Amino acid sequence: MDLVTPAIGLVFWTTLVFIILLVILRKVAWKPILTAVEEREANITNALRSAEMAKEEMLALKADNDRILREARIERDGILKDAREMKEAIMKEAREKSAEQSEKMLADAHEAIHNQKMAAITELKNQVATLSIEIAEKVLRKELESKEKQQSLVDSLLKEIGNN
Amino acid sequence: MGRKAISIFAFLTVFCLATPMMAQDEHADHSNDSTHSAVVDSHSEAHHASDASAHEEGEEEFNAAEVIMHHIADSHEFHAWGEGENGFTLPLPIILWTDAGLVTFLSSEFHHDDAAHHVVEKKSQRFVKYHDKIYYASETANEHGAYVSYDEEHHPTNIKPLDFSITKNVFSMLLSVVLILLIMIPAGSSYKKNGGIPKGVAGFIEPLVLFVRDDIARPNIGEERYKKFLPYLLTVFFFIWLNNLIGLVPVFPFSSNLTGNIAVTFTLAFMTLLITNFSANKGYWKHIFLPHVPLWLYPIMIPVEVIGILSKPFALMIRLFANISAGHIIILSLTALIFIFKSLWISPVSVFFVLFMNFIELLVAALQAYIFTLLSALFIGLAHVEEEHH
Amino acid sequence: MGTITGIAAIGAGLAVIGAGMGIGRIGGSAMDAIARQPEAASKIQTNMIIAAALVEGAALFAVVVSLLVA
Repeated sequence: MDLVTPAIGLVFWTTLVFIILLVILRKVAWKPILTAVEEREANITNALRSAEMAKEEMLALKADNDRILREARIERDGILKDAREMKEAIMKEAREKSAEQSEKMLADAHEAIHNQKMAAITELKNQVATLSIEIAEKVLRKELESKEKQQSLVDSLLKEIGNN
Repeated sequence: MGRKAISIFAFLTVFCLATPMMAQDEHADHSNDSTHSAVVDSHSEAHHASDASAHEEGEEEFNAAEVIMHHIADSHEFHAWGEGENGFTLPLPIILWTDAGLVTFLSSEFHHDDAAHHVVEKKSQRFVKYHDKIYYASETANEHGAYVSYDEEHHPTNIKPLDFSITKNVFSMLLSVVLILLIMIPAGSSYKKNGGIPKGVAGFIEPLVLFVRDDIARPNIGEERYKKFLPYLLTVFFFIWLNNLIGLVPVFPFSSNLTGNIAVTFTLAFMTLLITNFSANKGYWKHIFLPHVPLWLYPIMIPVEVIGILSKPFALMIRLFANISAGHIIILSLTALIFIFKSLWISPVSVFFVLFMNFIELLVAALQAYIFTLLSALFIGLAHVEEEHH
Repeated sequence: MGTITGIAAIGAGLAVIGAGMGIGRIGGSAMDAIARQPEAASKIQTNMIIAAALVEGAALFAVVVSLLVA
């Protein structure tokens, strides 16, 4: 019976000692231990998270690089295409210009030739005319050397007029 | 799973480290007992029986039950070895709250008297010690020379002053507190020194703290609230465990039966009761006083639930007390076999079984600390009823 | 007094038989459950210990009653 009757003294001392122990241990042991453990756990979680983030960042960076590379390639291709087009255009233009110029030169030449020809022809005509007139003068002078011949001419001319 | 395995491993390590030492002590102690008593004669077991049976039993038959009951009970002096005046007994202070106020004196003033023969007079009041209880002495001695009067069941009828003495159990408790602080203060302060890395004793304590936190507090109380109760649970776990272990060491400054004392388990269980009910929420009280049952069941349900509040910590109290006391009783009974059979030749059997029981008791020491803490956490968790689901 | 003590001892013994059977059943069932679901072992173990502790508590009440009587 004594065994199962709590003794007041022991209850008192147990309460006192246990509460003091609880207060001391909470301050000197549980708090530092649990704080350290929690800090460590937080560190590990953070480290894992930052590793994950670094990985993601790496992936993003890689994707970015790829994109930049792709864009650069596209740009390069564009530039090359432009250059080619420009070259073609320039060449075409040059060709056209040269053709035009040669044509123009040819036309000029033709015109010049034509002009000179015409000038020559005119001169020739003038000379021929001059010569003909001189010849005609000479012929006439010869023809009209005698009076009878003049008379016959006047007659014939009158006759002609009279015929008309 | 991994953490569980680590905690179990930590426990096993503790046992393996602790067991050979304790076993050795036990072995040595019992062999001492047996050899010694073989010399002095079988009835007076050196370790247990000296002050219990010396006066009343005299040269009578060895009374195992009385010796064992005396040994697991509290005492006002700490008997270390030897007998009577030849041995060594640590006198402990006796502190009484009497009609004339506080009275203090050392237990050695009773001169090892435990049968109310020797009267100590303080502040014009007279005290006797009878079966480790302090009584006001009767005016005159009875026919046995004892200053007490008995009822028909041979129990003293004298009035007792309020006894706040530093008894053997209080002494042992203070010793355990010193030990806990010697372990825990370096463990706690080592983190600051080593930058949050457990080294030395902290490396041993930390898995246990984590075990209490992750396997006891967290799953039973819940993620949001467990931190508040963790200091109590940790303290109760280490307090019970260390005191269980101290009770298993059979040599002088240890060997008390602190956690097998109903007053201690009562106090611890009462603290759990207070914490459980003061941390309870509305849902818990609603569950008790407005349960979801038909109205005519209320006269049955409410008393049952109210009894439930008390029976849970009551079971905690009885469980720890009975487990530890039973363990001590079995070990002492096995030792007592030598004196019951009055033969040295039974001692190998005794020693073997005591050794075996000590191994089991090492397990029980940790298991009971675990169960007390686990059930405390469970009760605290149960006192927080979510109102949505029942 | 002697008779009562004897009866108390028998009562304690009976209580221990009951508790032993109860704890045995709990342990056996827990083993079965763990064998069936090894991944839930830690949860089963905790519940097993709680149940065993409760059964044991009942037995200890009987022991305490015997102590009271004896």
